[in-house]
Amino acid sequence: MRQQKRAKLIWTMLSFLIIAACFISFNIGTVSISPLEVWQTIIGQGTPKQELILFDIRLPAIILALMVGTGMAISGAVLQTVTRNELAEPGILGINAGAGLTVVLYITLFQGSLSNMSLLSTFAMPFFAFLGAMLTAVLILFLSWKQGLHTIRLLLTGIGINAGITAILTALQLRLNPHDFMKALTWLSGDLWATQWKYVWALAPWFILLIPLIIYKSHALNVLHLGPLVSTGLGIRTERERLTLIVLAVALAGLGVAAGGGIAFLGLISPHIARKLVGPKHQYLLPTAAMIGSLILILADMLGKNLLKVDIPAGIIVSLLSAPYFIYLLLKTK
Amino acid sequence: MQGYNRGKGKEGAKRLTLVLVMAVLLFAAVVLVSLMIGTKTYGISTIWEALFHRTENNITHDIIWDIRLPRAIAAGLVGAFLAVSGAVMQALTRNVLAEPSLLGVSNGAAFTLVLVLTIFPGLSKLETMFASMAGAGLAVLFVFSLSILARGGITPVKLALAGMATGMFLSSLTTSIALYFDVSKNISFWYAGDLSASNWTDVKLLLIMGAVGLLIALSISRALTLLSLGEEITKSLGIHVGLVRTLGVVAVLMLTGSAVAVAGTVGFVGLVIPHITRMTIGGKYGKLLPVAALLGSTLLVGADALSRTINAPYETPIGVLTAVIGVPFFLYMVRQDGRRLFS
Repeated sequence: MRQQKRAKLIWTMLSFLIIAACFISFNIGTVSISPLEVWQTIIGQGTPKQELILFDIRLPAIILALMVGTGMAISGAVLQTVTRNELAEPGILGINAGAGLTVVLYITLFQGSLSNMSLLSTFAMPFFAFLGAMLTAVLILFLSWKQGLHTIRLLLTGIGINAGITAILTALQLRLNPHDFMKALTWLSGDLWATQWKYVWALAPWFILLIPLIIYKSHALNVLHLGPLVSTGLGIRTERERLTLIVLAVALAGLGVAAGGGIAFLGLISPHIARKLVGPKHQYLLPTAAMIGSLILILADMLGKNLLKVDIPAGIIVSLLSAPYFIYLLLKTK
Repeated sequence: MQGYNRGKGKEGAKRLTLVLVMAVLLFAAVVLVSLMIGTKTYGISTIWEALFHRTENNITHDIIWDIRLPRAIAAGLVGAFLAVSGAVMQALTRNVLAEPSLLGVSNGAAFTLVLVLTIFPGLSKLETMFASMAGAGLAVLFVFSLSILARGGITPVKLALAGMATGMFLSSLTTSIALYFDVSKNISFWYAGDLSASNWTDVKLLLIMGAVGLLIALSISRALTLLSLGEEITKSLGIHVGLVRTLGVVAVLMLTGSAVAVAGTVGFVGLVIPHITRMTIGGKYGKLLPVAALLGSTLLVGADALSRTINAPYETPIGVLTAVIGVPFFLYMVRQDGRRLFS
């Protein structure tokens, strides 16, 4: 009960922080809109230009950041529990790269150019990212499976696959024309690019389907966290649950990549911070991680867009902030 | 260490001679092919003529001397440096996965190099090479110092993960700089490994830096052999471990730094070659280092020739090719070497 109370308190605080971050990112940008004007626009008294900026440019971007942050964080949390390794996350395992590869392949093969995309391709993108993430996960599982799932072998195989896919991506990327190249590069470094309502609509159904499903599995996750012996003893079909959960987590990561490119480390640090705040129970952990992931991504996106004269992809800001934290974790864990 | 006993005694000497002869022949063949193929393909006799009877104002001879030969030599040197650098890192860390690109050392070199190139574009080749070595050095020192700071020592896997994180951090910084100064495409091509612009100046600089680095590495080869077996053995034989480590780090940063400055980040050579060498002639560094250097040269000259031809007239970045060769090897090692990696 006390834990529940604590979790509720933290959720309230995080919600406030997220709302505050959203509000600030409403204000700043190429055109800055004062808080008062934001409020006026929300209640319908703004100028058409302010309405356009807020509702058609900044709002979808924020919703997208919320979705991608949630997706990456929950994916990371699930992968960490299922592999029972604190260092697992979609970026390190090469799943982000795999999703990125299919999307770039799709673009170079069917599209010709990243700049003109039809409505159909809007809906095809998440599908291809999803497919790429899945295929990569299957490949990693296949290559690292040897009398069971050894997590360190899994991690190292992931690192190797990541390097291989990144090399192929580089080769493909360098054949693009300079304009598309820049787009692909920023996207692969983790740029929230799909900041239009149509992309929000393309992705939302998937998220609405997958996230409740994973939260529903909290109990199974709690038990899996204790290890295969205990979970089997408690009547959970361990291997089957593990595989189902991996599939769900990988799907979420793939969707995140489709909308936000390869944002590394987000799936790693969000669950870690969440665990520190609310403990290891997944019914508390998953929503907390999701909120932290969203908050970090909104802030990173804001920093990347406004810190320097040029846009720095949010994924780069996330890497710069979380790589040191990752190393710290690495030194601390035994 | 695996295969340590190979290369001992008469059997070993025979084996070493055989491997050396084959390696030299293979190397010569690869160099020849590399000189022959390109935008225009030349026959063996033309190459012979150009190399040994160069005539004035002969375009073919000029192409071979001024473009293909320096490029082949640069590729060979870079390959040798990366292979030796990987072998030394593996001994110093007692980690089979240690390698300049996996541990973020190449990313460190690339980071300072890009920083310097964008902020002070007018620097000389030598100065940029020093910048690159400084970056490699910082990354080496950082990743190595983690093994001292880590709770309960650092396992191979932890070191690989730390290297990966360091590498990602540095490459994020590099990408930011590239985006800021709007030079991403040029830098990306170079970053992925590019030898197309190498000339005699590069060769000279590589030779100077590399010769020092290689000499240092060779001078501590006996200590490296012992170090790879365990620190206690080394100490009990009265070898100053700290000194060996320092010299080893200096060798690594000179070799990796100069290689990255000329060729960009070329991955996996430092992983694959030392292992293949160890499998064929054993783990004695006195022999291992020269043979690894030769094999590394062969691999990179071959990969460079391939990079010019598989998608002609475009060049495929050489780092992509070495990754295509190296990743399956890495995965194989991960699958096979469970005991050594996970302990």
